[in-house]
Amino acid sequence: MTRLMAALLLALAAPAFADSNLPPSEWADRQLPDAEQEAQATALMHEIRCLVCQGQSVADSDAELAGDMRALIRQRIAAGEKPEAIRAWLVERYGDWVSFDPPVTPLTWPLWAAPVVILLAGGAIAARKFRGRK
Amino acid sequence: MRGRLLLAVPLLLLAIFAGVALWRLSSPPETVIRSRLEGRKLPGFSLPAALPARPTVTSANFGDGQPRLLNIFASWCVPCIAEAPVLLELKQRGVRIEAIAVRDRPEDVSAFLERNGDPFLGIGSDLDSRVQMTLGSSGVPESFVVDGRGIIRYQHVGPIMPQDMATIIAELEKAE
Amino acid sequence: MIAEAGLAALYLAAALALLQLAVAAIPALADKAVATARPIALAQGLLTCISFLCLLLVFIRTDLSVTLVAANSHSAKPFIYRFAGAWGNHEGSMLLWVTVLALSGALLALLSRRMPERMLSAALGAQAALALGFYAFLLIASNPFARLNPAPLEGQGLNPLLQDPGLAFHPPTLYLGYVGLSVAFSLAVGALITRDVGPALARAMRPWVLGSWIFLTLGIVAGSYWAYYELGWGGWWFWDPVENASLMPWLAATALLHSVSVLASRGGLRTWTMMLAVVAFSMSMVGTFLVRSGILTSVHAFAVDPTRGTFILALLMLYVGGALALFVWRAPTVAEGARFALVSREGALVINNLLLSVILAVVFLGTLYPLMVEAATGEKLSVGPPYFNAVAGPLGLLLLLLLVVGPLLRWRRHDAPIAGKVVPAVLAGLATLVATVILAPGISLMARLGLVAGMALIPASLMPLLGRSLRRTPLATWGMVIAHLGVAISVLGMASDAAFTRERLAAARPGERLELGPWLIDFVSVSPVAGPNWTALEARLRASKGNGTEELHPQARVFTSPLTETSEVAIATTWNGQLYTVLGRKTGDRWQLRLWWKPFVTFIWLGGVLVAFGGFIALAGRGWTNRRNRRRLEEAEL
Repeated sequence: MTRLMAALLLALAAPAFADSNLPPSEWADRQLPDAEQEAQATALMHEIRCLVCQGQSVADSDAELAGDMRALIRQRIAAGEKPEAIRAWLVERYGDWVSFDPPVTPLTWPLWAAPVVILLAGGAIAARKFRGRK
Repeated sequence: MRGRLLLAVPLLLLAIFAGVALWRLSSPPETVIRSRLEGRKLPGFSLPAALPARPTVTSANFGDGQPRLLNIFASWCVPCIAEAPVLLELKQRGVRIEAIAVRDRPEDVSAFLERNGDPFLGIGSDLDSRVQMTLGSSGVPESFVVDGRGIIRYQHVGPIMPQDMATIIAELEKAE
Repeated sequence: MIAEAGLAALYLAAALALLQLAVAAIPALADKAVATARPIALAQGLLTCISFLCLLLVFIRTDLSVTLVAANSHSAKPFIYRFAGAWGNHEGSMLLWVTVLALSGALLALLSRRMPERMLSAALGAQAALALGFYAFLLIASNPFARLNPAPLEGQGLNPLLQDPGLAFHPPTLYLGYVGLSVAFSLAVGALITRDVGPALARAMRPWVLGSWIFLTLGIVAGSYWAYYELGWGGWWFWDPVENASLMPWLAATALLHSVSVLASRGGLRTWTMMLAVVAFSMSMVGTFLVRSGILTSVHAFAVDPTRGTFILALLMLYVGGALALFVWRAPTVAEGARFALVSREGALVINNLLLSVILAVVFLGTLYPLMVEAATGEKLSVGPPYFNAVAGPLGLLLLLLLVVGPLLRWRRHDAPIAGKVVPAVLAGLATLVATVILAPGISLMARLGLVAGMALIPASLMPLLGRSLRRTPLATWGMVIAHLGVAISVLGMASDAAFTRERLAAARPGERLELGPWLIDFVSVSPVAGPNWTALEARLRASKGNGTEELHPQARVFTSPLTETSEVAIATTWNGQLYTVLGRKTGDRWQLRLWWKPFVTFIWLGGVLVAFGGFIALAGRGWTNRRNRRRLEEAEL
């Protein structure tokens, strides 16, 4: 009996992502009355990563926590907060991972500089085809 | 010669790619997102009581000189059942445990406590996961060790199993 | 019995691949190499076909004593999904990959009568070497025919998200594309080994590149549309790692396609063409690796397995590393073609390839960056649509700009006036700019530029036909015109979706009426319905716009095996866009409805199909032209 319990407990020794018995938050699936605010909120929702269904944004995810995040975003935008401030608040708690838009920090300079650098380098190599070599 | 060097760049890229891929294949990703607030002051929050007869939990409960364990749970969370006996054990050893019930109804919370035991000092009701998000928690159950000055010292993700008890107690002692 | 026959055929095919490689590699057999290799390659193709047929049979009959069938199929599944489910899993899709690889080799052996023998022999040897690695992978680490004893009473069923016609179409098409590029790879390797890089090679390679590219284009378009209507969030591209895994070979193949044309007709761009041929199939392999190894998180995740991932990585390093090393060794000895000026057709194609390569490099970097950062510092970050859109958008616009001028330039050096031919495109662009600024001031800059570029590109893509006799214009030119027109239409669809999509979320009771853009939508009722392996709650929506009415039935569905909840989207397609409807949960007496009005969104995929069609015309045209020329030659000789 104890071995069965142990096996069961081991299988359960992970956080649960089950669903609660409560309905989704009011503002999870309700659009803000102000169209411009709703557009701002929707744009931000598409850039925040769902903690549960990690391959999706909170705009697309059906997870409950994603719905609560959408509600949080909508309520704060309605209260006048700027999208960047809300993003920063979330990043402060969950790290850069939670935003699909990578920040511009020394860690990500190669990422942001790459398009320009590669274009210039490739251009230089290609230019040699036109000018005389040797 | 410069030509050959240039042609070798793709090989270098392949080597980097292979290196990174091998690293990831040998150390699989951690899918849990931990809170970034470890080492930071507990954010201010206040919640309504989960049960009418029990005190609630607010951030003011912490930072009174005593370390506490903040347990985030829910009655619909199956691993929380596994965690309950360990929490009772911790309470018996003198640990002060505050709880936040996420997305729960009073009747479900009280049924859960009746079935699995009640190790909590106060229980707050977080109906829309707002405080859960404020703390950087991403699921249930999770527990935070908060020291006497109100600083979050340690986050335990998932249920506290018997083998984790030693770590929790150690963290609580460090937080004296 | 059937499963064992399939496995035996696979072993035989692997043995033949070894033989084929030996024939190509042993110098003593050199002058009989092609004659010997040809039947071997044909037999290899035939045997893998037999093996794949055995897999299909086992799935169709739901033979539960085969582990793969028990894990992925169910007897209650509709026939088409019992059939297509054969490749709806790792082992089966890997067998499909290997089958296409062997068939490509067989076709290469069969159809290349006029290629220099040494080059063909080396290419067949390279193809055999590729096949060997994948046979080994299949037989050692991913055996589709493993038996399960005792056989279970019922299978575990196919993931409901895959129970869709998209499964029948998307993977085979995509694989024909991915694996068709292996022939370009083998030809390039063969040419590098025999030091015979020239127009003959390009003419041999071109149909393979064109054919693979057509299938890749169709496969990606199908995948995008499937995800759009299956996943229920109205998006058609998410820059998800699996999506990027299919885009990268396509970008390389597009660049290769343009490059190989230059090599075939003008003899230039030899080094670049060889490099692209190697890179394109390398990207196919990288894509397969990324998708099956589990090293990246994805919403389209396959069955993932790090052990198998390591095997594929080893194959990747062997083949790609080998080819790149060969390239470094031999490429400097490749003779260069004739020079050309910057302002010339070649020059434009070089810039085209440069831009495509930069986009490829950036998509590659963005996809892998989170992994690289975590490996180096332990930090986790995400690189998603905001990055990729910010980077690929402007580069894409530059490409579109190039498209306006490029096809009009002369070869070698363009010194004729061109302004006149560019005027229609410029006018169309300006008119669109003014119109959007006045009528739609609030749309984003990228969306606006996309509309402008798309509209400018419509007359621009037709320009090469100006002043020519349409009947005498070669089919290859028609193909180019149609493909570029397809690009224009697709871009218009993308920009329109970004600029003009309207969304409406409503908690409605049956009997209520909703408004969205030009539509009036009546929420009539919700009732239970059942299917062969599912039950659902189905909403009836009656939507009207102008004087037309559409009926939509979005469902909230529960599949029985495996037990899964899905949302079945209902779409009404009209000439100017799609009404996209999703039924959500019930709260109290109200139902959650998500509605989108997406003007001209269908242009995205119709444009893509047109692009593939243009390629098909070009391919058919060449085949037809070749056959006609050969007949004329034969007649002249009589």
